[in-house]
Order: sequence, then C-alpha cells, then structure tokens
Amino acid sequence: MSANTDPDAAIWIRRHAPQWRTLAAESAAASRRSRATVDEALHTLSAYRALSRHLASAREILPGSVLATTLAQTSAALHAAVNRSPRLTRARWIGLVRDDIPAAAASVRALALWIAVLLVASACAGWWLINTYPELVSLIASPAMIDGVEHGHLWTYQVLNLAPPALLSARIFSNNVVVTLGAFCFGILFGLGAFYMIAINGLMLGGLLAFTHQHGLGLGLLKFTLAHGPVELSVMCLAAAAGTALGDAVIRPGEGGRAESLRRRAAELGPLLVACALLLLGSGLIEGFISPHPGISIPVRLAVGLSYWTLMMLWLSGRLIPRARPRGESQCADPSGATL
Amino acid sequence: MAEEELNVRGLTGVDLTLRIAGPGTRSYAFLIDWQIRLLGALAWLLVALLLRRLPPLSRAPIAHDVMLAGWILALLTYFLYHPVIEVAMRGRTPGKIKAGARIVTLEGATPGVGALLMRNLFRLIDCLPLLYLVGLASCMVTARRVRLGDLAAGTLLVIDESAAGESLVRLGEQMQHTGLSAEALQLIHDLLDRWELLAGAQRIRLARELLAKLDPQAGAGRAGPDGTALRERLEALLVRQHRS
Repeated sequence: MSANTDPDAAIWIRRHAPQWRTLAAESAAASRRSRATVDEALHTLSAYRALSRHLASAREILPGSVLATTLAQTSAALHAAVNRSPRLTRARWIGLVRDDIPAAAASVRALALWIAVLLVASACAGWWLINTYPELVSLIASPAMIDGVEHGHLWTYQVLNLAPPALLSARIFSNNVVVTLGAFCFGILFGLGAFYMIAINGLMLGGLLAFTHQHGLGLGLLKFTLAHGPVELSVMCLAAAAGTALGDAVIRPGEGGRAESLRRRAAELGPLLVACALLLLGSGLIEGFISPHPGISIPVRLAVGLSYWTLMMLWLSGRLIPRARPRGESQCADPSGATL
Repeated sequence: MAEEELNVRGLTGVDLTLRIAGPGTRSYAFLIDWQIRLLGALAWLLVALLLRRLPPLSRAPIAHDVMLAGWILALLTYFLYHPVIEVAMRGRTPGKIKAGARIVTLEGATPGVGALLMRNLFRLIDCLPLLYLVGLASCMVTARRVRLGDLAAGTLLVIDESAAGESLVRLGEQMQHTGLSAEALQLIHDLLDRWELLAGAQRIRLARELLAKLDPQAGAGRAGPDGTALRERLEALLVRQHRS
C-alpha cells in the first residue's frame, strides 16, 4: 500500500496526468457554455475522446481504483454536457407548429371523437338529471349562481363584468389551462382520470344549461359561450384524448415495457399540449373581450366561434401550413430528362 | 429493488456510470427550492405593498393595480419557478446544486426543453394529495427512484459529478509526483474530508493505522485529545509527497 507497485501504472500516470488539468477545464467549460462555436465544439469532442481513452486505459491498468472512478465521473459530466438537444431555433419552431402538432393530433383523432361523444353524453345526462330533479342543481352550482339565475340574472355577465377584460382573460386562460393539463396528466391513471374530468365537465355543462333553460336564460348562456365554447370544449376533448392515450400506453405497453411506452407516448403528445395552450390563449381572449360584451349579436358571436374553430381544425389537420415539398420530390427526373 | 447506478454507453463506446439520487437528495433539493420560490413570491408582495404605501402612489388610481401586479408576479414566481429555472439552467436548480444533483435523460444526456416541461407538468399529480406524497411514494417504489413526471419525461435525478474534474486534477498532480498509490491518496483524502463527521476515537484510530502503513519510519506519534496532530501529519504527508 505504501507505494505504487505496478511500474506500468506509474509510467502511464506520469505520461497522462499533465493532460487531466486541460481535460477537466474543458469539461467544466463545456458544462457552463450555452452555445459553442465550431472550434469550441470540436475541441470539446476531442477532450471527450481523450477522456474516454484515459478511462478505458485506467480501467485496464488500475481496475476499480479511485483514479478510474474519478475519470469515469469526469467523463459522465462531459457526456451530459456534450449530449444535449439543439437550441430552439426558428426551424424547430416551424417544425413543431407545421409537422409535430398535426402529427400528434392525428394520432389521437379517433380517441378525441370518442371523448367528444362522452362529453355530449355526459351533457345530456346532466340535462336530464337537472330537468328531472331540479333540486340537485346545488351539486353543480354555488348558492350565489343559483340565486342569480332564479332572479333572472346570468352569473356570466354579473361576475365577469366586474373585472377588466385583460385580467379576466388571464384568469380564464389559467383556469382552462389547469383543467386541460389536468385532463392530460390524470390520463396516466389508466385513462380513468381523463374520463372522470370529461364526464364531470359534461355533466356540469348539461346541468347548467338545463337549469338556465328552466328559468328562461338558456339562450343567454348559449349566447355567452358561442364565441369561445367550440374551441374551448374541443381543446378539452383533445387534451383528454391525449391523456387517455397515455393511459393506453400504460395499459398496453408493448415490447419496451410500461415506463418506456409511457415516455415515448408522452414525447409524441407533448406538442399537442403546446397547441392546446396556444388555442386556449385565444379562447381566453375571446371569453374576456367578446363573450361578456352585451352589444355583440349572436350572428357575430357564431361567426367568431366557427371561424376560430375552423382555424383550429385546419391547423391540427396540417392543412393550415402545408409542408414544403423537398426539391426534386415532385419532379422525378429520369436519365432521358423526361419528367414523370 | 432500487438501482444505485445508471449505466450508459458513451459516444466512444466506453461505458459510463451515473449514481442515482435517492428520495433524500430529492427532498433536500426540493425544500431549498421551495424556500427560494416562497421567498421570491413574498418579496414581490412586499415590494408591491411598499410601492402602494409610497405617498405618490397611495392616492393614485393605479394603487390597486400595483398590488394586483404584485400578486400576479408572486404567483408566477411560485408556480413557474421549477420549469423556468430547470430549462434555463439545463436540468439544475439552486436546490439541486446545493444537494449535489442534476436531471439527466436515461442516456445520461442533458434533457431538452420538452422533457423538462413534461416532468414539471406532472407535478400536478406528484404533489397530490399534499406534500408531494404521490411523488415521494413513486420515488420509493420505482427502481430508478423517479417520480411520475420523470417516468413520463424519461428523466432521472443523478448525483452531479461536475466537481469530479477538480478531484481528477488534484489526484493526477499528487499521483504524478508521489510514491503513494492512488488508493492511499484517496484514503487520506477520504479521511480528511470526513474528519469532522467521525467520532474522536474513531478518527484517531483510522489516522494512526493509515500513518503506520504509509509512514512507518515516523511512527504514529502523539495524537492529542482531538487528533489534530494526526490530521496535520496526514496533510503534511500529502504536501511532502507532492513536493518530492
């Protein structure tokens, strides 16, 4: 123990130790850097290769030694610094909006339709429930809401007009985002979380429509929701469909196992959540600025609602921003020069 | 059975090993981050309160807006702390740095923005029903000690080895000039690093045994009541060997 008994190891250490200061400095610099020039990147890669060589040699000459462990730790730190995703460039943003989001939406299209059916069915059940047992409205509405409707006032206009439209939009947006993200995240519970959130929201929607209809305010509520409702409800269905797809990945994992299946599905569906958040931002603005405005007529609201919904559908189906054809794809040249 | 290490294949084909951080490290990091974001949020409210009480503002119509802005900034600080800081610091937060941990992907790489946002999104479930019980339970039952957010994002928390470079330089310099083996050097460093944590009798015994083997001609000598003399001799041994 008192001295290095292996002369080969001592020679190897004397030869390579002077480089470790440079390699360690390069490792630290690479971890700190947020962007690198080509020269810097090449320099870092060269350091990575050198460290790997030293690590492999140390494991061979001094297996299980402290030196081998320290070299492995330094290599691991540099490995993380070298292996990182590229920055979010303009091209990546375009790719996300034009390709990734429509692809993610297409992968949950059938599920989204089923979720929409569930929402409608729950809404019908809510309507029937409150129509048959009006006293049950206290389960889905606050006493202030019930009192207001019974006196002929919709809570939407009473409460919302107290706050400035911008603040109202922000509040509505944040609330909707939480509900939407919740529908996605709770889908991990074998899809039951998403199912529950859609069923409850549908039940409340139908119940409130029935309750307001009973007091002659059904049209007023419909008028209020006409401009923002279509996109808001569609986004909720999309998020719940994505959540159900996550649950499906857990239930039927395939070859890679549950964790791998969940990770892959979540990565595929992530872009859809970005779309949901952006759509809800627009929806929140409409709900804050247009929906509570009593002067805006039903046809205008309908036009706004339908236009926004159509825009959403075009985007999610990939028709809004068509993919640019790579050069030479449309014209397949043959040796004779003829275009096929 | 919990795994202690994550083995990944390096770009050059050499295997690398990362030590997985356990629930203790996670909780420690989270507590520090929680204090920072809470203090940050309270700081915004305090600033808004003080601004509102300033004579020019106290009677102005925007006094209410100042307080509202304070609340909004406080909520944003509290709720967006983790996603924003983790993205900005590429998988680290002040709490994680203090706890000596960082987030990596299953390939040992620095996670991208999408993965970091995804793992933060699932805090909605991990924080349930209170005090991150779901996340903590998940850390305790999963092999790689990950919470649900990490499972979905394909990330995990590992011990941050970025300080290993300094150890490498120190070890390299000493090994280059000393007659001591790497193991002997490491034993001295380990003992000196843990000196304050060890009980008095225990560190004296270890130091004596080490000195008797490394420097038999000098002998163990007097230890003193807290072993300070032995510690100084171990430090001198490193320096002497280094100079020689």
